[in-house]
Amino acid sequence: MPMTAADVTTPVPADRRGHGWRRAAPALGTVPFFGYVTVFLVIPTAIVVIGAFRSPTGGFTWSNIAALGTSSVLSAFAQSVILSAVTAVVGAVVGGMLSYVLVTGSPRSLSRKVVTAACSVLAQFGGVMLAFAFIATVGHNGLVTDLLQDWFGVTNTGAWLYDLAGLVLVYSYFQIPLMVIVFLPAVDGIRAQWREATETLGGSTWVYWRRVAGPLLAPAFLGSLLLLFANAFSSYATARALITQSTPIVPLQISGAITNEVNVGNADIAKALALGMIVVVAIVMSLYALLQRRTSRWLG
Amino acid sequence: MTAVTQPPPAPRPAGPTLTVRPQQLRRRRRRKQSVMRWVVIAVVMAFFVIPLLSMLYFSVRFPLSGKWTGQAWSDIIHLGSLAANDPANYGQLWDGLRNSGILVLLTVLIMVVLLVPTMTWIRLRVRWLSRVMEFICLLPLTIPAIVLVVGLGPVYRIVSNMLSTNAIWLCFVYVVLVLPFAYRALDAGLGAIDVVTLSEAARSLGASWVTVMWRVVLPNIRSAVVSACFISIALVLGEFTIAELLARNNLQTGIFLVSQSDGQLAVTMSLVALLVAFVLLLVLSLFSGGRRSREGA
Repeated sequence: MPMTAADVTTPVPADRRGHGWRRAAPALGTVPFFGYVTVFLVIPTAIVVIGAFRSPTGGFTWSNIAALGTSSVLSAFAQSVILSAVTAVVGAVVGGMLSYVLVTGSPRSLSRKVVTAACSVLAQFGGVMLAFAFIATVGHNGLVTDLLQDWFGVTNTGAWLYDLAGLVLVYSYFQIPLMVIVFLPAVDGIRAQWREATETLGGSTWVYWRRVAGPLLAPAFLGSLLLLFANAFSSYATARALITQSTPIVPLQISGAITNEVNVGNADIAKALALGMIVVVAIVMSLYALLQRRTSRWLG
Repeated sequence: MTAVTQPPPAPRPAGPTLTVRPQQLRRRRRRKQSVMRWVVIAVVMAFFVIPLLSMLYFSVRFPLSGKWTGQAWSDIIHLGSLAANDPANYGQLWDGLRNSGILVLLTVLIMVVLLVPTMTWIRLRVRWLSRVMEFICLLPLTIPAIVLVVGLGPVYRIVSNMLSTNAIWLCFVYVVLVLPFAYRALDAGLGAIDVVTLSEAARSLGASWVTVMWRVVLPNIRSAVVSACFISIALVLGEFTIAELLARNNLQTGIFLVSQSDGQLAVTMSLVALLVAFVLLLVLSLFSGGRRSREGA
């Protein structure tokens, strides 16, 4: 380890003590950080996980988990998965094309910065406001609704916006920018020389994509797809702003269970639902981590 | 980074015809590509710009009568005085706006103070903890805000007792939300400099650890800190889930509440917030990029 000089310059009294102590003492410097994350991350998570198996009287129970088997919860999980999968695929394909176009088109830094800033705003900042954007667009009195009526005589009531179909549309509005943000670095790694090499060897565009760029970008693309899935699966704000009457997806069911103060047992159901979400997202994110390792081999 | 992605400019065909064929091929391909490129850009831009234009349209037009109005815009300009005179209608939005502003500052501050020294220290002295640190920092990616909030109730009951129920204490959990993104940015920044040598040099010249942090490490990872702040600002200003479910008021819950009584004002405020955030992030990225290129030169 290249820290011998540091050991000389700092008079460490621990030098004379036992070996284990010398290894552990500097770790004290990280206590504030680990203390902080324990309070605001580990404990809340533990409360969720333990609470999912706790009965109202404090004993162990499977009944909260069993409540996940009811048809309304199962359909919420199914709808959440469908919504996340559809918007992840749409976001990945469109966002992937956009990143490729951006990188090969104009690597001038200004347009890149404009697009990156716009994408960060839409991907990270959106939530509630994006829901309003689409209410103003295809809602009852929206611009597109009015134009469709005036130009083509097509009547759009806008009711579909407040349902799963509407969520797919609005989610795409933040999934595509997120794809651009996470996929751009991978596309940046593609070298123009690889394409030239393919051409020199007589390969067509198709061969280039099929045999060179495709396999290289595939792990990054799939990884980004998974990240988008997790992102859509965890989103709450947009759905909350759009849908008020029903609880078609899991995050809405959780908030319904938390805010419902009539039935005390609901708080435990919320924890079981939350545990279900952790399981799904954890599976997706571990696959993502695997793919990420794969990506960095070539495009890192 | 990006420089290599553009094919080098084709050399002028000074004499021999040997190079003509591949060049023609490449030119045709490039023309075809540029048509495709513009189609993709046009379609995607339309998808992104139309909703924003619609917000503008919605903000200046009465939905029922179709008459034009600047009411919502004037409301936003005079939001402060309106909130003072009519707190029932405008108080939440004004209050939320102010809270979010404070939250951004507190979150960024805690994030930097907590992460930069710890990450530097781990690189210097406790390497064996780096995997643990990485795992913890990336953990929030697998724990969505809607899940975290379920377990936060008891924690925030204690915070409320010790401090107050003020919304600004949401900064503690917001630091956790920005942890994965901030960690990645800072890790890349620290990886790019030789922390060990730099801090040894500073220490041997008699600098205290505070000086090492403030005058040696921080200035060297400035662009990484800026990009960590970048993502934190966007995330904190846009956060809705935790604030709503812990019954605290921030910008997003303010907009949400206003939307139930005054849709036009909510849409106008959303548009303003999106544009302001965009300009803010753009300015930050231009600033940090400018510095970086000067350092490189």
